[in-house]
Amino acid sequence: MILDGKAPKGPIEQTWDKHRFEMKLVNPANKRKYKILVVGTGLAGASAAASLGELGYNVEAFCYQDSPRRAHSIAAQGGINAAKNYPNDGDSIYRLFYDTIKGGDFRAREPDVWRLAQVSNNIIDQCVAQGIPFARDYSGYLDNRSFGGAQVSRTFYARGQTGQQLLLGAYSALSRQIKLGTVKMFPRTEMLDLVVVDGEAKAITVRDLITGEIRVHTGDAVLLCTGGYVNVFYLSTNAMGCSVTAIWKAYKKGAFFANPCYTQIHPTCIPQSGDYQSKLTLMSESLRNDGRCWVPKKKEDARKFANEIPESDRDYYLERKYPSFGNLAPRDIASRAAKEQCDDGRGVGPGGRGVYLDFKDSIARLGEDTIRERYGNLFEMYERITDENGYKVPMRIYPAPHYAMGGLWVDYNLMSNLPGLFVLGEANFSVHGANRLGASALMQGLADGYFVIPYTIAHYLAQTKPGKVKADHPECLKSIDEVKGTAKKLLGINGNRTVTEFIRELGTLVWENCGMARSKESLTEAIAKIPAIREEFWKNVKVPGTGEEFNQQLENAGRTADFLEFAELLCRDALHRNESCGGHFRVEYQYPDGEAKRDDENYCYSAAWEWKGVDREPELHKEPLTFEFVKLAVRSYK
Amino acid sequence: MSAHAEEHKTMTLKLIVWRQPGPKQPGRFETYTAKNITEHHSFLEMLDVVNEDLIKEGKDPISFDHDCREGICGMCSTVVNGMAHGGQERTTVCQLHMRKFKDGDTIYLEPWRARAFPILKDLVVDRGALDKVIQAGGYTSCHTGGVPDANAIPISKAEADYSMDAAECIGCGACVAACPNGAAMLFTGAKVSQFAALPQGQVEAPERVARMIQAMQECGFGNCTNHYECQAACPKGIHVKFIARMNREFLKALFRAKSGSHTFIGE
Repeated sequence: MILDGKAPKGPIEQTWDKHRFEMKLVNPANKRKYKILVVGTGLAGASAAASLGELGYNVEAFCYQDSPRRAHSIAAQGGINAAKNYPNDGDSIYRLFYDTIKGGDFRAREPDVWRLAQVSNNIIDQCVAQGIPFARDYSGYLDNRSFGGAQVSRTFYARGQTGQQLLLGAYSALSRQIKLGTVKMFPRTEMLDLVVVDGEAKAITVRDLITGEIRVHTGDAVLLCTGGYVNVFYLSTNAMGCSVTAIWKAYKKGAFFANPCYTQIHPTCIPQSGDYQSKLTLMSESLRNDGRCWVPKKKEDARKFANEIPESDRDYYLERKYPSFGNLAPRDIASRAAKEQCDDGRGVGPGGRGVYLDFKDSIARLGEDTIRERYGNLFEMYERITDENGYKVPMRIYPAPHYAMGGLWVDYNLMSNLPGLFVLGEANFSVHGANRLGASALMQGLADGYFVIPYTIAHYLAQTKPGKVKADHPECLKSIDEVKGTAKKLLGINGNRTVTEFIRELGTLVWENCGMARSKESLTEAIAKIPAIREEFWKNVKVPGTGEEFNQQLENAGRTADFLEFAELLCRDALHRNESCGGHFRVEYQYPDGEAKRDDENYCYSAAWEWKGVDREPELHKEPLTFEFVKLAVRSYK
Repeated sequence: MSAHAEEHKTMTLKLIVWRQPGPKQPGRFETYTAKNITEHHSFLEMLDVVNEDLIKEGKDPISFDHDCREGICGMCSTVVNGMAHGGQERTTVCQLHMRKFKDGDTIYLEPWRARAFPILKDLVVDRGALDKVIQAGGYTSCHTGGVPDANAIPISKAEADYSMDAAECIGCGACVAACPNGAAMLFTGAKVSQFAALPQGQVEAPERVARMIQAMQECGFGNCTNHYECQAACPKGIHVKFIARMNREFLKALFRAKSGSHTFIGE
């Protein structure tokens, strides 16, 4: 099937404004007749729930954490992009649009990206009005910093906690609506199934994580704002509870999963220190504003202390390879460059999997106090984890799984191929193409929630009758039975291996075979091995306790079971895409200098997969990508 | 000399852990052994190791809240040796590392204990009361859209920095757990002060502080008697000056109510 993203045509500058006018509206008196279910309360979910509640819809919001304020958007450090051009350095909506298309290696829809760039400015206004204490200069106006993949300073920030401040802004807007009664909040509640009636998404089945109660919530539309899936690699910068579960359940009910192989490996994370490790910690990309990446030129120096290596023996490899962007090369490029140095035997730290991020020159130029003011909390965090002082010795960093560009397929209205099912933020595949630029995730989450969905959902609701499906509908009852059955099955296996052992085994396999570098051989091997792990899981996992209580092992078991199915799709997508682009690097497809080699003739499309059953190959649907405004070109940051 | 080739010695620790099956059931301390722990394990990774052993032995693993494991989500919440988050300055328990302990140590683990935080299971408590305090007024009541350009509201760097100092609160509730009165004054004070320092939302400042204080009391939080335990326990180092600021804001609100320019909750 050839998919249609239904993106508006015509001059790109007019697409969103024209589309907004052409969409249907729901009149104020009718809004309260519609119920909208919002799953996930990160930037996308909280901003959507707050905005829709404010408009007068009945909203129910769900999160697995104990409070909506905990969603993992909170961990974003560096900043949020907007085309304000406050620094007068040549920025514009068009340039942000262009940088995002190019940064994504030409694998996103142009009008969607244009809209993101256009509303970016509204987001900053909104956040300031909410009382978010962005960094300011001495004039009292907003300050900006630079991020990878851009030659302008367009990133707004709140110390090293921008995600936290933006999420708390959205959370407070949500809290206001909860108090007003327009939004009903269900914390510690996990979505475990999507109910589809006559082809439309009309309910979700959830588990109350405190009591274990499994029940259905019906609505007129379902919004999945449930984040990304890179915990499939086991070790990632995601929170422990982040999972593919919500979007995977929707996929199994007919929603298409697009471009799962576009995964972002973030270049600046604290290297792994041992097998017991449960997660990896990101060090904001903003550090690359002032830190310089290097490795020793000579392999024999890799085991020495950094200060024993003279300046002339240091290889500032990003500055050498990409002189015009230097240390601010985009993430996919910076990550691969780090891997290349380590593969070459010049990596530093335990196992030789690390490169230096050195602040010596910035400290000499600006003083330690300035560096502390900019990144103090990051230096503290680095020291707590590694016991090393980043002001005195260079930090050691290594790439780690961080973000999923892929996700459920959505059209221009953020609606999946299942009518009534909308997907926002990281959970969808829409705007980042094959690689996301720094400070763009926060922008997308809030764009989708504050400024896109309030318009586009009306277009759907205006054409549907409210309250079509009740909780006693056979599909709802069936879904409850299925969810209960899965829990019972997991609890009944009583095997010999823990859930963690399985997800660690799976994650290691996926990381090694479908991580920063992929090949036909590695992917074929992974696709052969994953079903065996899955099979063993369902025979030999040990999940203690019962389903009728607070049971964290049962929660993890369910998420792991979904990752065990999803991992295969991830590898299949990576295997089918015989090109390298953005975060998807196939070793067979590269230029002599090691840069990713795209194949626009054969792969200039989004790959949307349709579920056909466990142990059956999914069906591929294509959405061709056309580039009318940004010319398809080899991406160069040299 | 090799810079990074050190071999990690392992530690064995005795854990005395609060176990409580559910909100209404009685709890008690149980003793466990944590084996093969290195200095690089985080505290929660040490608990992971213990739980893996417990599961294999067919026992119920210890329930504890955690999520981001990088000290920002505020989900982790364990009292270690009598101190909320374990006593390392400006550190959540997920960022506490085992290099702060030594082989053979005995470690006590308890949940947050406060009237407003009922225990759900083991080390997991219900902190919904903190959400209620925010719902009462922890926001500017601006609508989505229809707001002025961001640079139309200049804010001095000093005020913005002060506001950010307050806004860094992660809502973990350690301040409540550390307070002998189970007060949420630092939590509430931080949110009130974040807005008090900014021009945005000034029109509703008196109602905000009044509503939030009222919600705090209704939720069963205690009052401040200047122990400063909250600041000591706070993983973000939120300063007690924000409690004083909240009190001043409350007084200001009272005077404004008396002059008739605002209606005042509770009158």
